[in-house]
Amino acid sequence: MGNRFNRSRRKPLAATLVIAAGLLFSGGGYAVATNVAANNIATEYTAEQISEGRKLFLANCASCHGLNAEGTAAGPSMIGVGAASVDFQVGTGRMPGQGSGPQLPKKKVQFTDEQISLMAAYVASLAPGPAIPDQKYLEATGDATHGGELFRINCAMCHNAVGAAGALTEGKYAPNLDGVEAKHVYEAMLIGPQNMPVFNDANITPQDKQDIITYLAYIEDNPSAGGFELGSLGPVAEGLFIWIFGLGLIIAITVWLGAKSN
Amino acid sequence: MAGKDLEKGSEAEGFEHEFESGLAVVPPDKIKDPGLEPHRVRMTDKSPKKAKNAEVQVAALFMVSVVGSFFALWAYVAFPITEDLTTVRANNLFLGLGMTLSLLGIGIGAVHWAKTLMPDFEVTEARHQTRGSEEVRARAVEIVKLADSESGFSRRKLIRRTLYGALALFPLPALIVFGDLGPQVGNSLRHTMWKAGTRLTKDPTGIPIKASDVTLGSVFHVIPEGLTDLKEHKLEEKAKAAVLLVRLNQLDLKEDPDKTGWSYDGIVAYSKICTHVGCPVALYEQHTHHLLCPCHQSTFDVTEHCKVVFGPAARPLPQLPITVDAEGYLIAQSDFLEPVGPSFWER
Repeated sequence: MGNRFNRSRRKPLAATLVIAAGLLFSGGGYAVATNVAANNIATEYTAEQISEGRKLFLANCASCHGLNAEGTAAGPSMIGVGAASVDFQVGTGRMPGQGSGPQLPKKKVQFTDEQISLMAAYVASLAPGPAIPDQKYLEATGDATHGGELFRINCAMCHNAVGAAGALTEGKYAPNLDGVEAKHVYEAMLIGPQNMPVFNDANITPQDKQDIITYLAYIEDNPSAGGFELGSLGPVAEGLFIWIFGLGLIIAITVWLGAKSN
Repeated sequence: MAGKDLEKGSEAEGFEHEFESGLAVVPPDKIKDPGLEPHRVRMTDKSPKKAKNAEVQVAALFMVSVVGSFFALWAYVAFPITEDLTTVRANNLFLGLGMTLSLLGIGIGAVHWAKTLMPDFEVTEARHQTRGSEEVRARAVEIVKLADSESGFSRRKLIRRTLYGALALFPLPALIVFGDLGPQVGNSLRHTMWKAGTRLTKDPTGIPIKASDVTLGSVFHVIPEGLTDLKEHKLEEKAKAAVLLVRLNQLDLKEDPDKTGWSYDGIVAYSKICTHVGCPVALYEQHTHHLLCPCHQSTFDVTEHCKVVFGPAARPLPQLPITVDAEGYLIAQSDFLEPVGPSFWER
């Protein structure tokens, strides 16, 4: 009787332990799996897409990035840069680059979306790398206030507090973010194009990235409450304005005050 | 009329300036004082019609001011500031325009009135010597001597000396009071929140950072663990302890032999406070490894202990020695080994 009582008392405890252990393992395993998915290829590409992409790569990119995308003196290796890099660089027209300089500017896009995704498929097939972001993180439905705080801490020093661009060293610059597609904003944080540093998902989580996208959308849609923005470029633009128009007006009034009436 | 007298005085022929030239060299062919320009009669003095016009203009300007005042009152009611911040824009614009008209109308009207309708004649005042005349100077000395003899200031030594003593001591209480107006700086300029074992955490969330999270080319904006929990002086502590964390390829780092232990697997941490005047230096270029200060373009080379490669900063950015703890989180080995931020007197 006592034995049976003991057994029945022991049973729930054992079951709890088993469930706890099971949850821990499956949860941990799930976390590892999602981590891998986030960092590696999220989209599956077919062999045909990859081979078509390779053809486009050989015709348009290989002269600088090498026949096997291994990189040359003229351009870096594409192995492991991921589909996100291709989508960003080609999708904003920065690639293929025209001539060398301190920084490759944004320009007219040279390829169709279809061609860009084929090239992205080829580059993604070379080695695991950042994938094209999930559409659900690109909607401007996040927390704009939190996004604004993250933007001021991580982005504003180069891109300006409202993303109006800023100068860097030796002719380089952080471009204006007005009108940049949400996808490209996300990809830029993920891959760190050109001299921009990387903001990986451990640093700024996908949710945080969505908040930043929401903040940028908010400031695009809401005009400044403070009147003339003068490009939002800060003291240089504002100083120039007041030097020319403010001082100009004061000088004009002074001349009028001192002039004799005729 | 005072004006008329002055006018006559200045028109007197052969008027000579009294003052001496002193040490100034006066050339013999000095240009003669050309005197006043010939008086030009205004249109409003010549034609009563023009004067009438001017009168109407002045009145119109004052009426503009009246309209501006009413406009400002109307704008204040018509464009209220609501919850929507952008309503500030219309409110400020129209209220400001109304007030500008109301003030400028009075101002411009008054000047126009004075220039066109008030009496028009030139006034000149002769320049006088600054030195007083001999009689005035003698009289001043007399007054001082009289005051001295009547008060007995020179005669009564006891009174004079105690007065000197009282005057010398009366500022002392003020000195003590002013000395207590603010907190003592102490050694707060030399130390930050960082100490051995403090975890590096993300700004603004305070989430600790694993070394494995910092991928190549990454930049993390870092605050010390516990900063978000501070009840007071949070901003002061953040302003001193803010750190930038960067991972470089280990091969790119050119480290001093005695500082090789300060980085962890290519991860380096530097104070974000510029050594020039304390702006946050955080413009990191991934490929040149330059850190740029946005205020005065001081540029630091992250590969070589943030030495200054351009700009007005005098010293490299202080490096925070880091390592990892048993759980793989990045921790500080100690506080910064030198004061962060700009130079100060006892540095």
